[in-house]
Amino acid sequence: MAEAAVSAAVSTPSAAVPAPLPVRAVLPWAFFVGLLALIALYFVGAEQGATSLFAGSDVHEWVHDGRHLLGFPCH
Amino acid sequence: MHASTVRTLLVRGMLAGLIAGLFAFAVAYVGGEPSVDGSIAVEEAQAAQEAAHAGHGGEEAEEEEVVSRSAQSTFGLATGVLVYGVALGGVAALAFSFALGRVGRFSPRATAALTAAAAFTTVYLVPFLKYPATPPAVGNPDTIGKRTTLFFLMILLSVLLGVAAVILGRRLAPRLGNWNASLVAGFGFVLVTGVAFAVLPANDDAVKAGFPAKLLWEFRLASLGVQVVLWVVFAVVFGFLAQKALAARTAGAEPPARVEVPAAG
Repeated sequence: MAEAAVSAAVSTPSAAVPAPLPVRAVLPWAFFVGLLALIALYFVGAEQGATSLFAGSDVHEWVHDGRHLLGFPCH
Repeated sequence: MHASTVRTLLVRGMLAGLIAGLFAFAVAYVGGEPSVDGSIAVEEAQAAQEAAHAGHGGEEAEEEEVVSRSAQSTFGLATGVLVYGVALGGVAALAFSFALGRVGRFSPRATAALTAAAAFTTVYLVPFLKYPATPPAVGNPDTIGKRTTLFFLMILLSVLLGVAAVILGRRLAPRLGNWNASLVAGFGFVLVTGVAFAVLPANDDAVKAGFPAKLLWEFRLASLGVQVVLWVVFAVVFGFLAQKALAARTAGAEPPARVEVPAAG
């Protein structure tokens, strides 16, 4: 509640400009989501192209068109 | 309560990324697939010609299809674009959480638009200018490792330079004023990016000599269009959702534990 009161007071002079969110509140989310996003983008952008975690070419072929149109080098 | 605000923004960022991905998929399907099909036709014609020269029958030119073209151009394409949209939507929401109230006197909506513009520029546009998207069947398979490494390196470099430019701009703002500080930081970004373009190796073998220029242009224009639509829709949808989420917070009310996500369609 104290934090709510402070942030409300800070943003009172110009209601449109919000107070910054504390870095320690954002950092764990940023780290975890950043990691997940990198893994997701690896599978869309590079798996079974330059490097392969799984044998075969199923992943490559499935996301093939998306990989090209999103700008990743494909083959 | 800040952690739950960040969580709300993250969920809304991924939702906005999903919606943006649907629009981007529509553009990719309507605008991009004709040139993808065209490129594959060019490859097959060349392969058939080479096989004929080598004295083999035409049947060896036929590649075994793991996934059919009709699946690749619909569900496959949608998978790629939607995963890309959700992943980058989440990352952009967290970049927004850092930027909010730190990059200037901007409302949540304006901060969302600036974040989307920065993400489009650093994650796609700058790497695209150095290593542009290439249609299927034109590249040299022997250099795919090198080209992939350079492309991801270019994204990383461009994002880091973008972050550095924002920090530089904020440092200079008290002395130069916001406008001039932004100009100096922007110029610095362009200058260092230009040096990187000049120093990093080219990848000329990404496109075979003799590939139709019109087809290449259409493909690259479609690729650019997909990303422009993705980030514009993300900016609009996430700006709307973030503005609402943060208005509830700054109103002093206890932030709702479960925010009903409005149907932003």
